[in-house]
Amino acid sequence: MKRLEGRVALVTGGLRGIGIATVERLLEEGAEVIIADLKAPDDADVQAVLKQLGQASSYLQLNVTDEAQWEAAAASVRRDFGRLDILVNNAGIDGIGPVETMPFETWRRVMAVNSDALFLGTKHCTVLMSETGKKTRGGASIINISSIMGIVGWIEASPYNASKGAARLFTKATALEFARKGMGIRVNSVHPGFVRTPLLQEGFDRAAEMNTASTAQELLSTLDQMTPLGRVAEPSEIAATIAFLASDDASYMTGSELVVDGGWTAQ
Amino acid sequence: MSKRLEGKVALITGGTSGIGAAAVRRLASEGAKVAFTGSNAEAAAALCAETGASFHPHRVQNADAWPVLMEELHKLYGRLDIAFANAGMEAGDSNIEEIDVNNWNNIIAVNQTGVMLTVQHAMRAMKKNPEGSGGSIIVNSSMNANRAMGNFLAYSVTKTAVCAIVKSSAIHCALTGTKIRVNAVLPGVVETAMITNLINQQEDPVATRKAYESMSPMRRMAKVEEIAGLVAFLASDEAAFISGAEYVIDGATTAGTMGV
Repeated sequence: MKRLEGRVALVTGGLRGIGIATVERLLEEGAEVIIADLKAPDDADVQAVLKQLGQASSYLQLNVTDEAQWEAAAASVRRDFGRLDILVNNAGIDGIGPVETMPFETWRRVMAVNSDALFLGTKHCTVLMSETGKKTRGGASIINISSIMGIVGWIEASPYNASKGAARLFTKATALEFARKGMGIRVNSVHPGFVRTPLLQEGFDRAAEMNTASTAQELLSTLDQMTPLGRVAEPSEIAATIAFLASDDASYMTGSELVVDGGWTAQ
Repeated sequence: MSKRLEGKVALITGGTSGIGAAAVRRLASEGAKVAFTGSNAEAAAALCAETGASFHPHRVQNADAWPVLMEELHKLYGRLDIAFANAGMEAGDSNIEEIDVNNWNNIIAVNQTGVMLTVQHAMRAMKKNPEGSGGSIIVNSSMNANRAMGNFLAYSVTKTAVCAIVKSSAIHCALTGTKIRVNAVLPGVVETAMITNLINQQEDPVATRKAYESMSPMRRMAKVEEIAGLVAFLASDEAAFISGAEYVIDGATTAGTMGV
């Protein structure tokens, strides 16, 4: 399936979890993919990933919370590729705990990575994406990775909830703005339920440390059982939805929120 | 076109025109065997010749006709993997002060009871698939499920109601472990024959067309093929983790408030 032949994509948080699954999927569909993440370009992990993924992939060191780094990133994409069709704002962190004891710094950090970064990435990639999108049938496509926690609340996840809720409405605001101005950029949000990712595993490990009653494995089985479809998602299943939104098949979809949660929020 | 749907059998209600016909074409092009229903035999014959699909004259609101249809499909195909509950109408709709109760009942019968019957019978068939229960059911709702129209009371009501049918059915499938996914698509204004006729009946068709186009900030209506692309995605195994969801496809019409 080569729906994305000739397209260029940038995926933040592209080294692991939903990010790397998305990178793999976009490459399969024929796109050239820039992996953006925090590690240094000569890091062993980065080198291993690039070697495995092959020539259509490249790496860009990017702290998504740093405006100057986004400016430099956009300039390098313009210089090296001359276009940007797809931006997947995927980098994200969690932040759990009761509000009354949560350090303000935790809140600010989660908001910076999950929410500020969408503003910065969108702000600095929009000019190049608009130039590209006006020349492409289905337009350029920004895909913001929110969460079902951007739609419903969760106990002791207040900064994560707030940041993912911000992602949901930032998506709608920019979708309207870009459509009205005829900029040729579609913007949509994806709302995964629970996905078997390192972020989930780390969250469970921490939760297990804080609450001696449960192990991380028990928490995962509980989540499987609580999901109507009976299991958590694989990262590739979220990547499939992202690839759909990136493709011309989604040419009339903008401002939409695509929930991929195994029925979690329907129950 | 890729062959994501090779080996799958699909049923599409209201398949002779508009979004339904586009879905017949799209699912067939992705490798599915397609059966569709409706009442316009002439349009159906042309679509069958073009796509290799089979046509089954049938009205979704007629409960007694459903077992007959499903028996026919079972004999022809032996399985069912995809159902697109698409048949819908708005003829005779009006505002709350003026709507005629017979027209109200007709719209409820087709748009709501018809969808319920489609989901019910599709699910029964999917549970009997040779290798075990499984399938994907897609219901055609409307962005008006989220934004009721003053002059289309019954349409707005039924398009909201079918979202509840979708969620209830998705949860039922989950609770009973049937491996059947149920989702809704909520299109904005789509350039179908139904809309074109409505536009042409107005005093000033040009202005009416412009008004419809301006509902989306993209300043155009959706093409039927664009809705069919989303239906094909939800029908495929690509959407294996998606159930009980409502996917809006409206060019950001309902992402903001009216007047944006």
